[in-house]
Amino acid sequence: MLRLKDLSKVYATGDRALTDVSLTVEPGQVVGLIGPSGAGKSTLIRCINRLVEPTSGQVYLGDMDITGLSRGGLRRARRRIGMIFQEYALVERLTVMENVLSGRLGYVGFWRSFFRKFPPASIENAYRLLDRVGLSDHVNKRADALSGGQRQRVGIARALEQDPDLLLIDEPTASLDPKTSRQIMRLIVEICDERGLPAIINIHDVALAQQFVRRVIGLQSGRVVFDGSPDELTADVLTQIYGEEDWSATIRKADEDGEDIDEDADHPGTVPVDRERLAGLT
Amino acid sequence: MMTMTDLAHRTWRRRSTRKELALWLGWLLLVALFVFCWQVMTESTIWAFVTDAPRQAADIGSRMFPPRWEYIPALLEPLWDTLNIATLGTLLALFMAVPVAFMAARNTTPSTRFVRPVALLIIVASRSINSLIWALLLVAVIGPGVMAGIVAIALRSIGFVAKLLYEAIEEIDEAQVEAVAATGASKAQVMDYAVVPQILPAFAGITVFRWDINIRESTVLGLVGAGGLGLRLQESLNVLAWPQVTVIFILILITVLVSEWVSAKVRHAII
Repeated sequence: MLRLKDLSKVYATGDRALTDVSLTVEPGQVVGLIGPSGAGKSTLIRCINRLVEPTSGQVYLGDMDITGLSRGGLRRARRRIGMIFQEYALVERLTVMENVLSGRLGYVGFWRSFFRKFPPASIENAYRLLDRVGLSDHVNKRADALSGGQRQRVGIARALEQDPDLLLIDEPTASLDPKTSRQIMRLIVEICDERGLPAIINIHDVALAQQFVRRVIGLQSGRVVFDGSPDELTADVLTQIYGEEDWSATIRKADEDGEDIDEDADHPGTVPVDRERLAGLT
Repeated sequence: MMTMTDLAHRTWRRRSTRKELALWLGWLLLVALFVFCWQVMTESTIWAFVTDAPRQAADIGSRMFPPRWEYIPALLEPLWDTLNIATLGTLLALFMAVPVAFMAARNTTPSTRFVRPVALLIIVASRSINSLIWALLLVAVIGPGVMAGIVAIALRSIGFVAKLLYEAIEEIDEAQVEAVAATGASKAQVMDYAVVPQILPAFAGITVFRWDINIRESTVLGLVGAGGLGLRLQESLNVLAWPQVTVIFILILITVLVSEWVSAKVRHAII
Protein backbone atom coordinates (compact mmCIF):
# COMPACT_ATOMS: atom_id res chain seq x y z
CA MET A 1 0.00 0.00 0.00
CA LEU A 2 1.23 3.47 -0.87
CA ARG A 3 0.25 6.53 1.12
CA LEU A 4 1.19 10.13 0.39
CA LYS A 5 0.68 12.64 3.16
CA ASP A 6 0.67 16.40 2.48
CA LEU A 7 3.34 16.03 -0.17
CA SER A 8 4.66 19.35 -1.49
CA LYS A 9 7.44 20.26 -3.84
CA VAL A 10 8.84 23.69 -4.55
CA TYR A 11 11.69 23.72 -7.04
CA ALA A 12 14.79 25.85 -6.52
CA THR A 13 13.45 28.17 -9.22
CA GLY A 14 10.47 28.91 -6.94
CA ASP A 15 8.02 26.91 -9.06
CA ARG A 16 5.41 25.23 -6.91
CA ALA A 17 4.96 21.83 -8.48
CA LEU A 18 2.95 20.06 -5.77
CA THR A 19 0.82 21.40 -2.96
CA ASP A 20 -0.33 19.18 -0.09
CA VAL A 21 -1.03 16.08 -2.11
CA SER A 22 -2.49 13.30 0.02
CA LEU A 23 -3.69 10.04 -1.43
CA THR A 24 -3.67 6.31 -0.83
CA VAL A 25 -3.17 3.56 -3.37
CA GLU A 26 -4.55 0.21 -2.23
CA PRO A 27 -2.76 -3.08 -2.95
CA GLY A 28 -3.36 -4.18 -6.52
CA GLN A 29 -4.89 -0.88 -7.54
CA VAL A 30 -3.94 0.76 -10.82
CA VAL A 31 -4.36 4.51 -10.71
CA GLY A 32 -4.33 6.81 -13.71
CA LEU A 33 -2.95 10.26 -12.98
CA ILE A 34 -4.24 12.81 -15.47
CA GLY A 35 -3.74 16.52 -15.78
CA PRO A 36 -2.38 19.16 -18.14
CA SER A 37 1.33 19.53 -18.87
CA GLY A 38 3.03 21.14 -15.92
CA ALA A 39 0.38 20.02 -13.44
CA GLY A 40 3.02 18.13 -11.47
CA LYS A 41 2.32 14.55 -12.61
CA SER A 42 5.98 13.70 -13.25
CA THR A 43 7.07 15.48 -10.07
CA LEU A 44 4.53 13.51 -8.07
CA ILE A 45 5.74 10.08 -9.11
CA ARG A 46 9.39 11.16 -8.91
CA CYS A 47 8.84 12.29 -5.33
CA ILE A 48 7.72 8.77 -4.44
CA ASN A 49 11.12 7.21 -5.18
CA ARG A 50 12.89 10.51 -4.49
CA LEU A 51 14.39 11.02 -7.91
CA VAL A 52 13.01 14.42 -6.97
CA GLU A 53 13.36 15.36 -3.29
CA PRO A 54 9.99 16.42 -1.88
CA THR A 55 10.07 19.72 -0.01
CA SER A 56 7.67 18.57 2.68
CA GLY A 57 5.26 15.76 3.46
CA GLN A 58 5.67 12.00 3.72
CA VAL A 59 5.57 9.01 1.42
CA TYR A 60 4.78 5.68 3.04
CA LEU A 61 5.31 2.38 1.26
CA GLY A 62 3.73 -0.10 3.64
CA ASP A 63 4.96 1.10 7.02
CA MET A 64 8.18 2.59 5.73
CA ASP A 65 8.53 6.35 5.48
CA ILE A 66 10.54 6.76 2.27
CA THR A 67 11.05 10.48 2.80
CA GLY A 68 12.96 9.83 6.03
CA LEU A 69 15.37 7.25 4.64
CA SER A 70 19.15 7.54 4.53
CA ARG A 71 20.99 7.01 1.24
CA GLY A 72 21.45 3.28 1.80
CA GLY A 73 17.88 2.93 3.00
CA LEU A 74 16.63 4.77 -0.05
CA ARG A 75 18.58 2.44 -2.30
CA ARG A 76 16.93 -0.57 -0.64
CA ALA A 77 13.51 1.09 -0.92
CA ARG A 78 14.06 1.84 -4.61
CA ARG A 79 14.63 -1.86 -5.25
CA ARG A 80 10.96 -2.38 -4.35
CA ILE A 81 9.71 0.36 -6.70
CA GLY A 82 9.77 -0.30 -10.43
CA MET A 83 9.69 2.64 -12.78
CA ILE A 84 8.72 2.89 -16.44
CA PHE A 85 9.56 6.03 -18.39
CA GLN A 86 8.13 8.17 -21.15
CA GLU A 87 11.05 7.90 -23.58
CA TYR A 88 11.79 4.38 -22.32
CA ALA A 89 15.08 5.53 -20.72
CA LEU A 90 16.79 2.33 -21.75
CA VAL A 91 20.56 2.36 -21.88
CA GLU A 92 20.70 2.50 -25.65
CA ARG A 93 24.09 0.92 -26.17
CA LEU A 94 23.48 -2.05 -23.89
CA THR A 95 21.71 -5.21 -24.99
CA VAL A 96 18.10 -5.97 -24.17
CA MET A 97 19.21 -8.56 -21.61
CA GLU A 98 21.60 -6.15 -19.90
CA ASN A 99 18.83 -3.58 -19.69
CA VAL A 100 16.47 -6.08 -18.13
CA LEU A 101 19.11 -7.38 -15.72
CA SER A 102 19.89 -3.84 -14.61
CA GLY A 103 16.65 -4.21 -12.64
CA ARG A 104 18.63 -6.47 -10.30
CA LEU A 105 21.50 -4.04 -9.69
CA GLY A 106 20.27 -3.24 -6.20
CA TYR A 107 20.74 -6.88 -5.22
CA VAL A 108 24.10 -7.59 -6.83
CA GLY A 109 27.57 -6.40 -5.80
CA PHE A 110 29.53 -4.06 -8.04
CA TRP A 111 32.03 -6.56 -9.44
CA ARG A 112 29.40 -9.18 -10.19
CA SER A 113 27.39 -6.57 -12.08
CA PHE A 114 30.55 -5.26 -13.75
CA PHE A 115 31.35 -8.70 -15.16
CA ARG A 116 27.64 -9.26 -15.91
CA LYS A 117 27.62 -12.33 -13.62
CA PHE A 118 24.06 -12.22 -12.39
CA PRO A 119 22.57 -15.04 -10.30
CA PRO A 120 21.02 -17.78 -12.47
CA ALA A 121 17.62 -17.14 -10.90
CA SER A 122 17.72 -13.51 -12.07
CA ILE A 123 18.68 -14.54 -15.58
CA GLU A 124 15.97 -17.19 -15.60
CA ASN A 125 13.46 -14.58 -14.47
CA ALA A 126 14.67 -12.13 -17.12
CA TYR A 127 14.07 -14.73 -19.84
CA ARG A 128 10.59 -15.39 -18.45
CA LEU A 129 9.78 -11.69 -18.47
CA LEU A 130 11.08 -11.23 -22.00
CA ASP A 131 8.84 -14.12 -23.05
CA ARG A 132 5.95 -12.46 -21.24
CA VAL A 133 6.39 -9.13 -23.03
CA GLY A 134 7.01 -10.91 -26.34
CA LEU A 135 10.68 -10.13 -26.89
CA SER A 136 12.30 -13.55 -26.60
CA ASP A 137 13.78 -13.16 -30.08
CA HIS A 138 15.58 -9.93 -29.23
CA VAL A 139 17.53 -10.88 -26.11
CA ASN A 140 20.96 -9.98 -27.46
CA LYS A 141 20.01 -7.05 -29.64
CA ARG A 142 21.12 -3.61 -28.61
CA ALA A 143 18.29 -1.51 -27.21
CA ASP A 144 18.73 1.14 -29.90
CA ALA A 145 17.95 -1.46 -32.57
CA LEU A 146 14.38 -1.86 -31.34
CA SER A 147 11.19 -0.01 -32.26
CA GLY A 148 9.40 2.26 -29.79
CA GLY A 149 6.86 -0.32 -28.69
CA GLN A 150 9.56 -2.96 -28.28
CA ARG A 151 11.69 -0.59 -26.23
CA GLN A 152 8.83 0.14 -23.89
CA ARG A 153 8.38 -3.60 -23.45
CA VAL A 154 12.02 -3.81 -22.40
CA GLY A 155 11.32 -0.96 -19.99
CA ILE A 156 8.43 -2.94 -18.53
CA ALA A 157 10.57 -6.08 -18.22
CA ARG A 158 13.31 -4.08 -16.48
CA ALA A 159 10.86 -2.73 -13.93
CA LEU A 160 9.39 -6.19 -13.32
CA GLU A 161 12.83 -7.76 -12.99
CA GLN A 162 13.06 -5.78 -9.75
CA ASP A 163 10.13 -7.86 -8.48
CA PRO A 164 8.65 -4.60 -7.22
CA ASP A 165 5.88 -3.88 -4.74
CA LEU A 166 4.86 -0.78 -6.66
CA LEU A 167 5.10 0.47 -10.23
CA LEU A 168 5.56 4.12 -11.12
CA ILE A 169 4.80 4.71 -14.77
CA ASP A 170 5.51 8.07 -16.36
CA GLU A 171 3.64 8.69 -19.62
CA PRO A 172 4.25 5.17 -20.94
CA THR A 173 2.59 5.83 -24.28
CA ALA A 174 3.51 9.44 -25.03
CA SER A 175 6.03 8.44 -27.71
CA LEU A 176 3.96 5.64 -29.23
CA ASP A 177 1.33 5.40 -31.96
CA PRO A 178 -2.31 4.81 -30.93
CA LYS A 179 -2.32 1.09 -31.55
CA THR A 180 0.99 0.45 -29.81
CA SER A 181 -0.16 2.71 -26.97
CA ARG A 182 -3.17 0.52 -26.38
CA GLN A 183 -1.11 -2.66 -26.54
CA ILE A 184 1.39 -1.27 -24.02
CA MET A 185 -1.35 -0.05 -21.69
CA ARG A 186 -3.09 -3.41 -21.91
CA LEU A 187 0.15 -5.21 -21.14
CA ILE A 188 0.85 -3.01 -18.12
CA VAL A 189 -2.65 -3.39 -16.72
CA GLU A 190 -2.66 -7.15 -17.30
CA ILE A 191 0.69 -7.60 -15.61
CA CYS A 192 -0.35 -5.49 -12.62
CA ASP A 193 -3.43 -7.64 -12.39
CA GLU A 194 -1.50 -10.93 -12.63
CA ARG A 195 0.78 -9.87 -9.81
CA GLY A 196 -1.61 -7.85 -7.71
CA LEU A 197 0.76 -4.96 -8.26
CA PRO A 198 -0.32 -1.42 -7.44
CA ALA A 199 0.67 1.21 -9.99
CA ILE A 200 0.44 4.91 -10.68
CA ILE A 201 0.29 5.73 -14.36
CA ASN A 202 0.81 9.30 -15.54
CA ILE A 203 -1.09 9.69 -18.71
CA HIS A 204 -2.33 12.64 -20.64
CA ASP A 205 -4.54 10.77 -23.02
CA VAL A 206 -7.85 10.89 -21.16
CA ALA A 207 -9.50 8.34 -23.43
CA LEU A 208 -6.70 5.89 -22.81
CA ALA A 209 -6.96 6.38 -19.06
CA GLN A 210 -10.72 5.82 -19.16
CA GLN A 211 -10.23 2.68 -21.16
CA PHE A 212 -7.68 1.00 -18.93
CA VAL A 213 -7.78 2.11 -15.31
CA ARG A 214 -10.40 1.87 -12.61
CA ARG A 215 -9.41 4.92 -10.64
CA VAL A 216 -8.45 8.30 -12.02
CA ILE A 217 -6.82 11.11 -10.11
CA GLY A 218 -6.89 14.55 -11.70
CA LEU A 219 -4.07 16.94 -10.94
CA GLN A 220 -4.28 20.65 -11.61
CA SER A 221 -1.49 23.07 -10.70
CA GLY A 222 -0.05 20.64 -8.20
CA ARG A 223 -3.32 19.89 -6.40
CA VAL A 224 -5.63 16.89 -6.54
CA VAL A 225 -8.90 18.15 -8.01
CA PHE A 226 -10.52 14.84 -8.89
CA ASP A 227 -10.36 11.33 -7.51
CA GLY A 228 -12.85 8.81 -8.70
CA SER A 229 -13.84 6.19 -11.24
CA PRO A 230 -13.33 6.86 -14.95
CA ASP A 231 -17.10 6.95 -15.48
CA GLU A 232 -17.30 10.05 -13.33
CA LEU A 233 -15.05 11.94 -15.72
CA THR A 234 -17.71 14.24 -17.07
CA ALA A 235 -17.20 17.30 -19.22
CA ASP A 236 -17.44 19.42 -16.07
CA VAL A 237 -14.69 17.48 -14.35
CA LEU A 238 -12.43 17.63 -17.38
CA THR A 239 -12.99 21.37 -17.58
CA GLN A 240 -12.00 21.64 -13.96
CA ILE A 241 -8.77 19.71 -14.61
CA TYR A 242 -7.75 20.99 -18.01
CA GLY A 243 -9.77 24.16 -18.55
CA GLU A 244 -12.54 25.10 -20.93
CA GLU A 245 -12.77 22.91 -24.04
CA ASP A 246 -15.33 20.89 -25.96
CA TRP A 247 -14.98 17.51 -24.23
CA SER A 248 -17.82 15.64 -25.90
CA ALA A 249 -15.58 13.97 -28.45
CA THR A 250 -13.02 12.94 -25.83
CA ILE A 251 -15.55 11.28 -23.61
CA ARG A 252 -17.39 9.50 -26.37
CA LYS A 253 -14.12 8.39 -27.93
CA ALA A 254 -13.27 6.29 -24.92
CA ASP A 255 -16.40 4.25 -25.37
CA GLU A 256 -16.23 3.76 -29.09
CA ASP A 257 -12.50 3.62 -29.60
CA GLY A 258 -12.23 0.33 -29.31
CA GLU A 259 -10.89 -2.92 -28.81
CA ASP A 260 -9.84 -3.31 -32.37
CA ILE A 261 -6.79 -5.26 -31.47
CA ASP A 262 -6.16 -8.93 -30.78
CA GLU A 263 -8.03 -11.07 -28.30
CA ASP A 264 -10.40 -8.45 -27.00
CA ALA A 265 -12.06 -7.84 -30.33
CA ASP A 266 -15.02 -10.03 -29.61
CA HIS A 267 -16.10 -8.32 -26.42
CA PRO A 268 -18.46 -5.55 -27.42
CA GLY A 269 -20.02 -3.06 -25.07
CA THR A 270 -19.29 0.37 -23.74
CA VAL A 271 -17.31 -0.69 -20.70
CA PRO A 272 -13.78 -1.61 -21.76
CA VAL A 273 -13.04 -5.22 -21.29
CA ASP A 274 -9.89 -4.94 -19.23
CA ARG A 275 -11.57 -2.88 -16.62
CA GLU A 276 -14.34 -5.40 -16.38
CA ARG A 277 -11.97 -8.30 -16.03
CA LEU A 278 -9.84 -6.50 -13.50
CA ALA A 279 -12.85 -5.50 -11.46
CA GLY A 280 -13.92 -9.10 -11.24
CA LEU A 281 -10.56 -10.15 -9.91
CA THR A 282 -10.14 -7.71 -7.09
CA MET B 1 -6.56 48.53 -32.17
CA MET B 2 -4.72 48.16 -35.41
CA THR B 3 -6.37 49.34 -38.56
CA MET B 4 -5.86 48.06 -42.07
CA THR B 5 -3.52 50.88 -43.00
CA ASP B 6 -1.30 50.15 -40.00
CA LEU B 7 -1.03 46.55 -41.07
CA ALA B 8 0.11 47.55 -44.54
CA HIS B 9 2.93 49.67 -43.13
CA ARG B 10 4.39 47.25 -40.64
CA THR B 11 8.14 46.99 -41.15
CA TRP B 12 10.52 44.45 -39.82
CA ARG B 13 14.22 44.87 -39.08
CA ARG B 14 16.60 42.27 -37.79
CA ARG B 15 18.52 44.78 -35.65
CA SER B 16 17.73 48.09 -34.02
CA THR B 17 19.50 51.22 -35.30
CA ARG B 18 21.82 51.19 -32.31
CA LYS B 19 22.87 47.61 -32.89
CA GLU B 20 23.32 48.30 -36.59
CA LEU B 21 25.72 51.16 -35.79
CA ALA B 22 27.60 49.06 -33.27
CA LEU B 23 28.03 46.36 -35.86
CA TRP B 24 29.45 48.79 -38.43
CA LEU B 25 31.77 50.25 -35.81
CA GLY B 26 33.00 46.76 -34.98
CA TRP B 27 33.83 46.09 -38.64
CA LEU B 28 35.56 49.43 -38.93
CA LEU B 29 37.77 48.69 -35.92
CA LEU B 30 38.62 45.29 -37.35
CA VAL B 31 39.75 46.83 -40.66
CA ALA B 32 41.76 49.48 -38.81
CA LEU B 33 43.46 46.80 -36.74
CA PHE B 34 44.34 44.88 -39.91
CA VAL B 35 45.90 47.95 -41.52
CA PHE B 36 47.85 48.70 -38.37
CA CYS B 37 49.17 45.16 -38.11
CA TRP B 38 50.17 45.21 -41.76
CA GLN B 39 52.21 48.33 -41.10
CA VAL B 40 53.97 46.84 -38.07
CA MET B 41 54.77 43.74 -40.06
CA THR B 42 56.22 45.50 -43.11
CA GLU B 43 58.18 48.01 -41.03
CA SER B 44 60.58 45.42 -39.61
CA THR B 45 60.82 43.34 -42.74
CA ILE B 46 64.08 43.35 -44.63
CA TRP B 47 62.77 43.26 -48.16
CA ALA B 48 66.06 42.12 -49.65
CA PHE B 49 65.61 38.78 -47.88
CA VAL B 50 62.00 38.47 -48.95
CA THR B 51 62.71 39.10 -52.61
CA ASP B 52 65.57 36.65 -52.30
CA ALA B 53 63.29 33.93 -50.88
CA PRO B 54 62.42 32.04 -54.09
CA ARG B 55 66.12 31.70 -54.99
CA GLN B 56 66.99 30.47 -51.47
CA ALA B 57 64.15 27.98 -51.48
CA ALA B 58 65.21 26.68 -54.87
CA ASP B 59 68.75 26.35 -53.58
CA ILE B 60 67.79 24.28 -50.52
CA GLY B 61 65.37 22.33 -52.68
CA SER B 62 68.10 21.40 -55.11
CA ARG B 63 70.37 20.28 -52.30
CA MET B 64 67.59 18.08 -50.83
CA PHE B 65 67.41 16.00 -53.99
CA PRO B 66 67.97 13.21 -54.61
CA PRO B 67 67.03 11.80 -51.16
CA ARG B 68 69.69 9.62 -49.57
CA TRP B 69 67.72 6.37 -49.41
CA GLU B 70 70.64 4.47 -47.84
CA TYR B 71 69.91 6.46 -44.68
CA ILE B 72 66.63 4.57 -44.07
CA PRO B 73 68.07 1.61 -42.06
CA ALA B 74 69.57 4.06 -39.57
CA LEU B 75 66.09 5.57 -39.13
CA LEU B 76 64.17 2.42 -38.29
CA GLU B 77 65.11 2.36 -34.63
CA PRO B 78 64.27 6.05 -34.02
CA LEU B 79 61.01 5.48 -35.90
CA TRP B 80 60.17 2.62 -33.52
CA ASP B 81 61.02 4.94 -30.61
CA THR B 82 58.72 7.59 -32.04
CA LEU B 83 55.83 5.15 -32.30
CA ASN B 84 56.47 3.98 -28.74
CA ILE B 85 56.60 7.51 -27.41
CA ALA B 86 53.26 8.30 -29.03
CA THR B 87 51.50 5.09 -28.02
CA LEU B 88 52.82 4.74 -24.47
CA GLY B 89 52.41 8.46 -23.90
CA THR B 90 48.77 8.24 -24.98
CA LEU B 91 48.13 5.24 -22.71
CA LEU B 92 49.75 6.95 -19.75
CA ALA B 93 47.64 10.04 -20.43
CA LEU B 94 44.44 7.95 -20.52
CA PHE B 95 45.09 6.51 -17.06
CA MET B 96 45.33 9.99 -15.63
CA ALA B 97 42.79 11.74 -17.84
CA VAL B 98 39.79 9.46 -17.16
CA PRO B 99 39.57 10.20 -13.41
CA VAL B 100 40.23 13.88 -14.09
CA ALA B 101 37.39 13.95 -16.63
CA PHE B 102 34.93 12.37 -14.19
CA MET B 103 35.98 14.89 -11.54
CA ALA B 104 35.59 17.78 -13.98
CA ALA B 105 32.18 16.86 -15.42
CA ARG B 106 29.40 18.67 -13.61
CA ASN B 107 27.15 15.64 -13.43
CA THR B 108 29.71 13.18 -12.04
CA THR B 109 32.04 15.31 -9.94
CA PRO B 110 32.07 14.54 -6.21
CA SER B 111 32.05 18.25 -5.42
CA THR B 112 31.46 21.22 -7.70
CA ARG B 113 33.07 23.58 -5.25
CA PHE B 114 36.34 21.83 -4.39
CA VAL B 115 37.11 18.91 -6.68
CA ARG B 116 35.88 20.38 -9.97
CA PRO B 117 38.11 23.50 -9.93
CA VAL B 118 41.15 21.33 -9.21
CA ALA B 119 40.32 19.05 -12.12
CA LEU B 120 39.78 22.02 -14.42
CA LEU B 121 43.10 23.49 -13.30
CA ILE B 122 44.88 20.25 -14.17
CA ILE B 123 43.26 20.33 -17.60
CA VAL B 124 44.20 23.95 -18.27
CA ALA B 125 47.76 23.52 -16.99
CA SER B 126 48.30 20.48 -19.18
CA ARG B 127 46.82 22.11 -22.26
CA SER B 128 48.58 25.45 -21.93
CA ILE B 129 52.06 24.01 -22.31
CA ASN B 130 53.13 22.58 -25.66
CA SER B 131 54.61 19.08 -25.64
CA LEU B 132 57.88 20.46 -27.02
CA ILE B 133 58.20 22.65 -23.94
CA TRP B 134 57.16 19.80 -21.64
CA ALA B 135 59.93 17.77 -23.32
CA LEU B 136 62.48 20.54 -22.80
CA LEU B 137 61.66 20.60 -19.09
CA LEU B 138 61.61 16.83 -18.78
CA VAL B 139 64.91 16.33 -20.60
CA ALA B 140 66.38 18.58 -17.93
CA VAL B 141 64.63 16.65 -15.14
CA ILE B 142 64.68 13.01 -16.30
CA GLY B 143 67.55 13.28 -18.75
CA PRO B 144 67.48 12.84 -22.52
CA GLY B 145 65.84 9.81 -24.08
CA VAL B 146 62.55 8.08 -24.82
CA MET B 147 61.28 8.30 -21.23
CA ALA B 148 61.26 12.10 -21.31
CA GLY B 149 59.34 11.95 -24.60
CA ILE B 150 56.70 9.57 -23.23
CA VAL B 151 56.07 11.68 -20.15
CA ALA B 152 56.01 14.89 -22.21
CA ILE B 153 53.38 13.44 -24.56
CA ALA B 154 51.38 12.11 -21.62
CA LEU B 155 51.38 15.41 -19.75
CA ARG B 156 50.25 17.33 -22.81
CA SER B 157 47.57 14.77 -23.66
CA ILE B 158 45.91 14.63 -20.22
CA GLY B 159 44.29 18.01 -20.68
CA PHE B 160 43.19 17.31 -24.24
CA VAL B 161 41.64 13.91 -23.47
CA ALA B 162 40.13 15.00 -20.14
CA LYS B 163 38.57 18.11 -21.65
CA LEU B 164 36.89 16.32 -24.55
CA LEU B 165 35.87 13.43 -22.32
CA TYR B 166 34.30 15.59 -19.61
CA GLU B 167 32.35 17.45 -22.26
CA ALA B 168 31.08 14.10 -23.51
CA ILE B 169 30.14 13.10 -19.95
CA GLU B 170 28.19 16.32 -19.47
CA GLU B 171 26.23 15.64 -22.65
CA ILE B 172 24.91 12.21 -21.71
CA ASP B 173 21.20 11.49 -21.55
CA GLU B 174 20.28 11.90 -17.86
CA ALA B 175 17.08 9.89 -18.30
CA GLN B 176 19.16 6.72 -18.63
CA VAL B 177 21.06 7.62 -15.46
CA GLU B 178 17.79 8.29 -13.67
CA ALA B 179 16.36 4.97 -14.80
CA VAL B 180 19.31 2.94 -13.55
CA ALA B 181 19.44 4.88 -10.25
CA ALA B 182 15.71 4.21 -9.81
CA THR B 183 16.36 0.44 -9.64
CA GLY B 184 18.34 0.92 -6.43
CA ALA B 185 21.75 0.66 -8.10
CA SER B 186 24.79 2.03 -6.27
CA LYS B 187 26.74 5.03 -7.55
CA ALA B 188 29.45 2.81 -9.04
CA GLN B 189 26.83 0.66 -10.75
CA VAL B 190 25.10 3.72 -12.19
CA MET B 191 28.49 4.76 -13.66
CA ASP B 192 29.04 1.31 -15.11
CA TYR B 193 25.53 0.80 -16.51
CA ALA B 194 24.31 4.28 -17.43
CA VAL B 195 27.29 6.60 -17.88
CA VAL B 196 30.08 4.45 -19.34
CA PRO B 197 28.03 2.93 -22.19
CA GLN B 198 27.04 6.42 -23.28
CA ILE B 199 30.55 7.85 -23.39
CA LEU B 200 32.34 4.80 -24.77
CA PRO B 201 32.16 5.87 -28.44
CA ALA B 202 33.41 9.36 -27.57
CA PHE B 203 36.18 7.86 -25.47
CA ALA B 204 37.38 5.63 -28.28
CA GLY B 205 37.20 8.47 -30.79
CA ILE B 206 39.14 10.85 -28.54
CA THR B 207 41.79 8.24 -27.82
CA VAL B 208 42.63 7.43 -31.43
CA PHE B 209 42.42 11.10 -32.36
CA ARG B 210 44.96 12.01 -29.66
CA TRP B 211 47.17 9.05 -30.59
CA ASP B 212 47.14 10.30 -34.14
CA ILE B 213 48.19 13.80 -33.00
CA ASN B 214 50.84 12.33 -30.70
CA ILE B 215 52.51 10.47 -33.56
CA ARG B 216 53.03 13.82 -35.28
CA GLU B 217 54.15 15.55 -32.11
CA SER B 218 56.58 12.80 -31.12
CA THR B 219 58.40 13.13 -34.46
CA VAL B 220 59.71 16.52 -33.39
CA LEU B 221 60.36 15.82 -29.70
CA GLY B 222 63.84 14.58 -30.59
CA LEU B 223 64.75 18.15 -31.52
CA VAL B 224 65.14 18.85 -27.81
CA GLY B 225 66.68 15.47 -27.03
CA ALA B 226 63.60 13.47 -26.07
CA GLY B 227 64.29 10.56 -28.44
CA GLY B 228 62.75 9.41 -31.71
CA LEU B 229 63.00 10.62 -35.30
CA GLY B 230 63.51 14.24 -34.26
CA LEU B 231 66.93 13.32 -32.89
CA ARG B 232 68.07 12.24 -36.35
CA LEU B 233 66.42 15.29 -37.89
CA GLN B 234 68.43 17.57 -35.66
CA GLU B 235 71.68 15.71 -36.37
CA SER B 236 71.12 15.94 -40.10
CA LEU B 237 70.20 19.63 -39.95
CA ASN B 238 73.32 20.37 -37.91
CA VAL B 239 75.61 18.92 -40.54
CA LEU B 240 73.53 20.35 -43.41
CA ALA B 241 72.85 16.84 -44.70
CA TRP B 242 69.82 17.90 -46.75
CA PRO B 243 69.32 14.60 -48.61
CA GLN B 244 68.94 12.88 -45.21
CA VAL B 245 66.44 15.52 -44.09
CA THR B 246 64.36 14.70 -47.16
CA VAL B 247 64.29 11.01 -46.24
CA ILE B 248 63.19 11.87 -42.69
CA PHE B 249 60.43 14.10 -44.03
CA ILE B 250 59.18 11.36 -46.32
CA LEU B 251 59.25 8.85 -43.47
CA ILE B 252 57.28 11.19 -41.19
CA LEU B 253 54.77 11.76 -43.96
CA ILE B 254 54.25 8.03 -44.43
CA THR B 255 53.96 7.42 -40.68
CA VAL B 256 51.37 10.13 -40.26
CA LEU B 257 49.42 8.83 -43.25
CA VAL B 258 49.37 5.34 -41.77
CA SER B 259 48.34 6.57 -38.32
CA GLU B 260 45.59 8.65 -39.87
CA TRP B 261 44.34 5.62 -41.75
CA VAL B 262 44.44 3.44 -38.62
CA SER B 263 42.59 5.98 -36.48
CA ALA B 264 39.96 6.49 -39.16
CA LYS B 265 39.42 2.73 -39.29
CA VAL B 266 39.19 2.41 -35.51
CA ARG B 267 36.78 5.30 -35.19
CA HIS B 268 34.62 3.89 -37.94
CA ALA B 269 34.55 0.47 -36.29
CA ILE B 270 33.56 1.75 -32.85
CA ILE B 271 31.13 4.55 -33.45
